[in-house]
Amino acid sequence: MKYAAKRVAMLLLTMVIVSLLAFVAFDLISGDPATAMLGTEATPEKVAALREQLGLNRPLMVRYGEWLLGFFTGDLGMSYSYRQPVWDLIAPKVLVTLCLSGLTFLLIVAVSIPLGLRSARQSGGVLGSVRTLVNQLCMAVPPFFTGILLSYLFSTVLRWFVHGQFPGLDKDLGGSLKYLFFASLALAIPRVAMTVRMLRSTVQGEMRKDYVRTAISRGNDRGGVLYQHVLKNALVPVVTFLAQTMAEIVASSIVVEQVFGIPGLGRMLVASISNRDYPTVQAIVVILAFWVVLAGTVADLINQRIDPRLRLGGAS
Amino acid sequence: MKKRLTAFLLLAALLCAVLTGCGGGSADQTPAEKDPSTDAAPVANEITVGIANDLDDSLDPHKTVKAGTREVMFNVFEGLVKPTPDGDLTPAIAEDYTVSEDHLTYTFTLREGVKFHNGDPVTAEDVKYSIDRCADDSEGEPLVPAFLIIREVQVVDEKTVTITLTEPSNEFLSYLTAAILPAGYDGQDTAPIGTGPFKFVSRAAQDTIVLEKFDEYWGDPAYLDKVTFKIVENADSLMMSLQSGAIDLCNHLPTTQALQLSDDFYIVEGCMSLVQALYVNNAVAPFDDVRVRQALCYATDRQQIIDLAFDGYGSLVGSSMYPTLGKYFDDSLTDTYTYDTAKAKELLAEAGYPDGFDMTMTVPSNYPQHVDTAEVLAEQYKAVGINVEIIPVEWNSWISDVYVGRQYQTTVVGVDASAMTARAMLERFNSQAGNNFVNYQNDEYDALFQQAITCYDDAEQTALYKQMEKNLADNAANVYIQAPADLVAVRKGLEGFQFYPLYVMDLSTVRFAQ
Amino acid sequence: MKNTRMNGYLKAGLILTGFLTALIILGFFWTPYDPEAMMAGPKLQGPTWQHLMGTDKFGRDIFSRVLQGAGTTFTIAASVVAIGAVCGTAVGALTGYFGGIVDEALMRLNDALTAFPSILLALVIISILGPGSKYNVVLALGLVFIPSFARVTRTAFAALRDVNYVKSARLMGASRRRILLVHILPNTMQVLLPAITIGFNNAVLAEASMSFLGIGVTPPDASLGYMLSEAQGMFIAAPWYAIGTGVTIVLLVFGVGLIGEGLQRRDKEVD
Repeated sequence: MKYAAKRVAMLLLTMVIVSLLAFVAFDLISGDPATAMLGTEATPEKVAALREQLGLNRPLMVRYGEWLLGFFTGDLGMSYSYRQPVWDLIAPKVLVTLCLSGLTFLLIVAVSIPLGLRSARQSGGVLGSVRTLVNQLCMAVPPFFTGILLSYLFSTVLRWFVHGQFPGLDKDLGGSLKYLFFASLALAIPRVAMTVRMLRSTVQGEMRKDYVRTAISRGNDRGGVLYQHVLKNALVPVVTFLAQTMAEIVASSIVVEQVFGIPGLGRMLVASISNRDYPTVQAIVVILAFWVVLAGTVADLINQRIDPRLRLGGAS
Repeated sequence: MKKRLTAFLLLAALLCAVLTGCGGGSADQTPAEKDPSTDAAPVANEITVGIANDLDDSLDPHKTVKAGTREVMFNVFEGLVKPTPDGDLTPAIAEDYTVSEDHLTYTFTLREGVKFHNGDPVTAEDVKYSIDRCADDSEGEPLVPAFLIIREVQVVDEKTVTITLTEPSNEFLSYLTAAILPAGYDGQDTAPIGTGPFKFVSRAAQDTIVLEKFDEYWGDPAYLDKVTFKIVENADSLMMSLQSGAIDLCNHLPTTQALQLSDDFYIVEGCMSLVQALYVNNAVAPFDDVRVRQALCYATDRQQIIDLAFDGYGSLVGSSMYPTLGKYFDDSLTDTYTYDTAKAKELLAEAGYPDGFDMTMTVPSNYPQHVDTAEVLAEQYKAVGINVEIIPVEWNSWISDVYVGRQYQTTVVGVDASAMTARAMLERFNSQAGNNFVNYQNDEYDALFQQAITCYDDAEQTALYKQMEKNLADNAANVYIQAPADLVAVRKGLEGFQFYPLYVMDLSTVRFAQ
Repeated sequence: MKNTRMNGYLKAGLILTGFLTALIILGFFWTPYDPEAMMAGPKLQGPTWQHLMGTDKFGRDIFSRVLQGAGTTFTIAASVVAIGAVCGTAVGALTGYFGGIVDEALMRLNDALTAFPSILLALVIISILGPGSKYNVVLALGLVFIPSFARVTRTAFAALRDVNYVKSARLMGASRRRILLVHILPNTMQVLLPAITIGFNNAVLAEASMSFLGIGVTPPDASLGYMLSEAQGMFIAAPWYAIGTGVTIVLLVFGVGLIGEGLQRRDKEVD
């Protein structure tokens, strides 16, 4: 439990640092929000009044503290380009992106773990080479290219979903998940290939270790040894790898959302970057960063459960 | 075996953590508004219309900047008079009007039974409030510059309003299409209320705008119960959405895409009420030199642009006027500059750029037609040694940097008219105009403009406007290209779409065929 | 330690990458048509012998554009890897060899940075630098790729610091610079080369993604990512456009991926 407490403390610290960096960086480059909001109507008096009203005259750290609290109270400032609270803009989109990532993650785990274990048991031969080639090929296909092909196949040819008409999670959960499923397929393919490869090399590395050889030479059957000992030890790096995968999915989904026309954080982020809508960019970046850090923490906590010998910092 | 189970259980737990984050969150969202009417009707009498960009931040009709906002909100707002598809004005909120002998006093009788979308009847007070609001010049230029000549708006009785002018103007009536709003209501920015055949229901930024039929509309009611405007900023996604059936109607379709459409759609062809041009910032070097601008005109092969980027659809223009504005359009200006690279080089050499120069074109990335045009122009200008860098920007950035901020060299875009008069097109190029985003400065033009707006004789005024158009063409204020064809994709089974000589989209006449 | 034996993956990868690189280099000097010339052929025509990958909406030759776009992508990816590898190795060498508190702090920062997906970090940097310029793309991605190279080389330098021949070189009075550059650096190639192949592929995919989103390389510069986003809307009328462009990216990444696979296998056999 002490480990968990320490790990969570570290998580909180990282989050504070990440958000502080984001806040300061965007505060520096975004110039004066009051001038930006007023645009051509800006006069020195109006700017001063708006600065006062927005509380921009207070020290940086005070504003940072308030902004950080905003993630809990739902007040993240106003978007420059939509003149709407940032929170209202992004809250519905966070859920969409989370669902897409979650679905993709499920798909990756469900497909790659059985595949990886199977491929770890066989090795060499022509089949092995073919497998490696297919694996490399899958890793080489960018998700947005697969996305274009898949959306054409499933939407235009088969008409299994209507491209561009994302029903909305609150209106039709089933329909939305179905829509997201096709996007998650595009996201999952290269990641499945990587996970299978990773699993295979980890398990095979473990199988070569002395304790496994001893167990087998004692007459235990290979399958039994695989499940009883090898898997447990191999699981630790795999969980760490999956956490990394979670982070990568979030990043790739930015592009795939664009391909499938999914109203998620990714599209919002790209539009906000082009519009130089810094309050929105800032909030989205921090949310995505939190998500990445959280995935790492959860992985560490799980690993510690699997192998209690692990100590802080020694997990990866 | 037990350990294997534990391992998988742990993995499952991880997944659950992910899923609950997702599932739990979406449950919170369920109480969002649900539309009862869609459940009741056996066949949903509603359509989805694709639009290329989000509307203005504010939906207040008097503060509209983007043509796209006017286009959509045309269904929600009406003025004392409103435009008809053939370019006339027809009484709307006013049932009738008279003009005094000296052309200085307009008396409007309001129509009985006109109601706002909130159920309140339209009164003379509302009319006075709305017109005064547009004419208020206490903070600089009024919202409608043409209203500067209003001396007074008077409420005679409940149903009668008179407007007196300081000078006669035969265009004044065209501007009375300005929306009539309920007096004192301050929610127009986010929850607009008008009197049109559709009422505003909701808006989700970057996503949708929903309108519903207004049951107490005074005139011919809309056929459709509900219209959802779906914002699809990426032209490619728009194409996919049309193909897949997510969108029933979409105008301003790029021709390449229109030609790709499946049999589910038919195309209605009109002429867009705007002038597409390479708008040039006349205030920055080297474009402050008329010879450079003329060189650009000579270096532009307009027909090739139409052929390459518009599949041959579109009509050439030579100044800031489009053909559907009928009598104001001067066809002879179209050929002021014909494609001639030798002449262009000559002019460039005269201006001191014998080897050309580097320039930037800022284009709104959500308009593929304009981006395509810029690409063709960039290629054409190579022939005279001009190196073009194309900068695609989001529409919001375009508005703030180019249109409002005027921080650009050149831009490809279409400019439309807010009312059906030549003035609406030409006013922006007078040096004092707040929306003179090309920074055009020409004393002769300013003088002509003053003469034109105070002239009461229609023929004389039209002649003056034509002189202004010629002034723009001769001085190569911009590189005028064309009035693009307006291709509207309509799902088969829908009918009644009408074109206006204005940048609007009237959905009240659109209906499902019986 | 040195091993030049080839295996199948390495061979296949080298052949494929060599072929593509030759095409790309050819593309810098000569393309069948001017990649920007409009009406080089009829609009939206399918593949023919005149136009191997067909033509686009302006009648431009897609094969020529793909060559040019692949050149842009290749140049960007190579520059990114160069920045990442040189700066990363410098950081890794210094911290790995000298150790100490700076090493500890830098590696913590490194761990935090490598945990973030490269596209996400690059997007943040792009949003600070301003979108729409290829130099900003190179700079953003280059910065993002430094930590992963630093991590790899640091481990190698730390391990080689105490091997016998380095110790003896130190005893013989070789300067630090000489030890780092002459005695250790060449021996880190074994870990650096696979890292470079992975980095290259990540850079290609990241650049393509950003251009696809419209915040990377912009027209009239041809970039595979931007061309693919353009091709998506024309998939029904001109599927060859998307396929030609997409397959080029896949082959480029596939070839370098095979080299990486081959390198790793070769090293494993030696150990």
